[in-house]
Amino acid sequence: MRLTKLLTAAIAAIGLVGSAHAAGGVKHPHGPDDGWSFEGPLGTFDQGQLQRGYKVYREVCAACHGMELLSYRNLGQVGGPFYDENYPNPNDNPVVKQIASEFSVRTIDEETGDELDENNVPLTRPAITSDAFASPYANDAAARAVNGGALPPDLSVINKARHGGASYIYSLLTGYPSDEKMEKDYAELSVTPGQYYNPYFSGDTSGNWSGDPRYAPYGGFLAMAPPLLEGQVDYDDGTEATVSQMAQDVAIFLAWAGEPKQTVRKQLGLSTMIYLLILTVLVYFSYRRIWRNVEH
Amino acid sequence: MSGPSTYEPKTGFEKWLDTRLPIIRLAYDSFVDFPTPKNLNYWYTFGAILAICLVVQIVTGVVLAMHYVPSTSMSFDSVEHIMRDVDYGWLVRYIHSNGASMFFLAVYIHMFRGLYYGSYKAPREVLWILGVVIYLLMMATAFLGYVLPWGQMSYHGASVITSLIGAIPLVGDTVKTFLQGAPAIGDATLNRFFSLHYLLPFMIAGVVILHIWALHVPGNGNPTGVSVRRDDPKKEKADTVPFHPYYTVKDGFAILVFMLIFAFFVFYAPNVLGHADNYIEANPLQTPAHIVPEWYLLPFYAILRAVTFDIGPIAAKLGGVIAMFGAIAVLFVVPWLDTSKVRSMRYRPLAKQFFILFVAAGIGLGFCGANNPDDLVFKFRDDKLAVTYIDEAGESGRQMFDEFEEAKAFQEAQPEDAGSTMEVSKSGFKWLWLTQILSVYYFAYFLVILPLLGLIEKPKPRPASIADSVLGHGSNPAPVGAAAAPQRDDA
Repeated sequence: MRLTKLLTAAIAAIGLVGSAHAAGGVKHPHGPDDGWSFEGPLGTFDQGQLQRGYKVYREVCAACHGMELLSYRNLGQVGGPFYDENYPNPNDNPVVKQIASEFSVRTIDEETGDELDENNVPLTRPAITSDAFASPYANDAAARAVNGGALPPDLSVINKARHGGASYIYSLLTGYPSDEKMEKDYAELSVTPGQYYNPYFSGDTSGNWSGDPRYAPYGGFLAMAPPLLEGQVDYDDGTEATVSQMAQDVAIFLAWAGEPKQTVRKQLGLSTMIYLLILTVLVYFSYRRIWRNVEH
Repeated sequence: MSGPSTYEPKTGFEKWLDTRLPIIRLAYDSFVDFPTPKNLNYWYTFGAILAICLVVQIVTGVVLAMHYVPSTSMSFDSVEHIMRDVDYGWLVRYIHSNGASMFFLAVYIHMFRGLYYGSYKAPREVLWILGVVIYLLMMATAFLGYVLPWGQMSYHGASVITSLIGAIPLVGDTVKTFLQGAPAIGDATLNRFFSLHYLLPFMIAGVVILHIWALHVPGNGNPTGVSVRRDDPKKEKADTVPFHPYYTVKDGFAILVFMLIFAFFVFYAPNVLGHADNYIEANPLQTPAHIVPEWYLLPFYAILRAVTFDIGPIAAKLGGVIAMFGAIAVLFVVPWLDTSKVRSMRYRPLAKQFFILFVAAGIGLGFCGANNPDDLVFKFRDDKLAVTYIDEAGESGRQMFDEFEEAKAFQEAQPEDAGSTMEVSKSGFKWLWLTQILSVYYFAYFLVILPLLGLIEKPKPRPASIADSVLGHGSNPAPVGAAAAPQRDDA
């Protein structure tokens, strides 16, 4: 029937309109060669990889990027990097407690209400599991002041806020052209000091491109220097800390952090779909039976 | 409601209640014993699907409102709080946000079905108009709701739409300030949008009751467009089946299939129908590269942007606003624009073709809304390089090149005061032009094609009755020996 075809076309159209947003002047982000473990209807996170990713975040990214929506307790919740089935309440998890205590947060003197000590230094206390991740800067203005006017975005939901999600993060982190490549392929691209070219970063290169304007390269300029160097992080599990490995691990960690309940979502989804499917089949046969004597 | 009530109270309580508030009788007559044409196909199940959508949105919305904070400094975080810390908050929110898309998917199919089978024709004009009112309220509700998470698209979408109101002459600015609650979008806007977003669904529910009431007075239409024979109870029985169990089970099956699709989006692709930018907290100082509404509003966004020229005293911006509201307003008068005496396009070979084009135009306008109007749908030729300069006589010149080296050499040969610049010269078919063509077709379909077709088209023979049509199984014309079809379906 014609109307059926139209409906199919309409559904396809919705999909295409959705994907049309992704088009633009950036290189299409790609994941690692063997894909992401958390993708697909049964995808899960590898806990060891989440722990490595957290380590990369903490030792590299956290120098400039906050994650205000996460608390230390989140690290120990079901599906999290430090979840331990012996501690269903993550606030009891000794690893999580230990991690939290390594950070300090502002506090007040409980008797006087003072925020500063006698030397006018802000009073601090060790963080506890319910505290939000400590931010590297007091506020946005302070962050801009030390980053040449650029504001390092909060990473709490970064994987949902960029087209491509984890693949975008992976591509961006591994996609900075090497010095040799810059000289060879991008010689006609003048990069402002303090800025770095990345083909995956959204922007416009035409103003800095002295070659054929029809072939101005993809991407744009950002204030973040290539953050990962070979062997920068000392992994506890002995994994070799290549740039690609660290980028993968931190992309996975950020994908988890952006939606910590996604594994639960997919598991519930599977049982819901099976339930609905069985019910649909049963109701279909009821329909056939009820209508069996009606010409229609 | 159509025909005498067949409800017989059985228990003492039912008898007692029936003489005081015959609500069980009302429900029985409306949803159990209601005579329904026996030839309704699956396109007719979307009414029930939409009722489910409305209930799902209201129930999930009420729960979300328990945890949401309408404040520019806390909205974004409160939505993430729902996603992270509220028990099954992620489920409730994803159902609500994808539910809006599902609701619109269903309502568009429901409306296209109405247009195809002539469901708006007499005696169902009021039923159709109430439907358009519901659709209008849905669009308002969806727009208001999209602002609440206070992401980048929320803020900048709200700013585009409220600035449209400002384009209305004389009162525009006042109305805009009243809507925003302040000279600019901020806390006051967010609070009133939240309040209205909570209010409108209950108004929709009210109009839905009127919509069902208006449906149950003449009874359902059907794919043949031939009316149920009401004059004779025997013939009526041959044409119809009781709503329950026949349509409760058929609608129930359709609802479940729909829920499977719904569940797929909620559990496996909860963000594909949204926009990544809305996970960035609103920042009035940073405008996203492309501001686009949700997919279900894209066709109207395209029509809004199609008017790029002043029409007499009407500025282009106001013209766009008029076109956009006109695109919905025209739906109100469809019953009087369609002059055909035949309801169903099953028997209108010409109208069917134009209808298919209309659906294609609607979907095409969606694509137009998603794309930048100045981008090209396709190229006429490869991009060239254009060098513009000022020659010795002070005239400006422009020369085209295929090769970069030649263009560069030409540019370098120019004297310094020529101020030559090189740019890419593209030539192709702009999305804007496609938008304009499709917009013209959208309006022409209602204002020209529907009125004219009814006068010039020769409809195919129709079955004499629903009973005949199901015996001949739809595709065949009236079986031999059957009574002739009536002159007008909508008499």
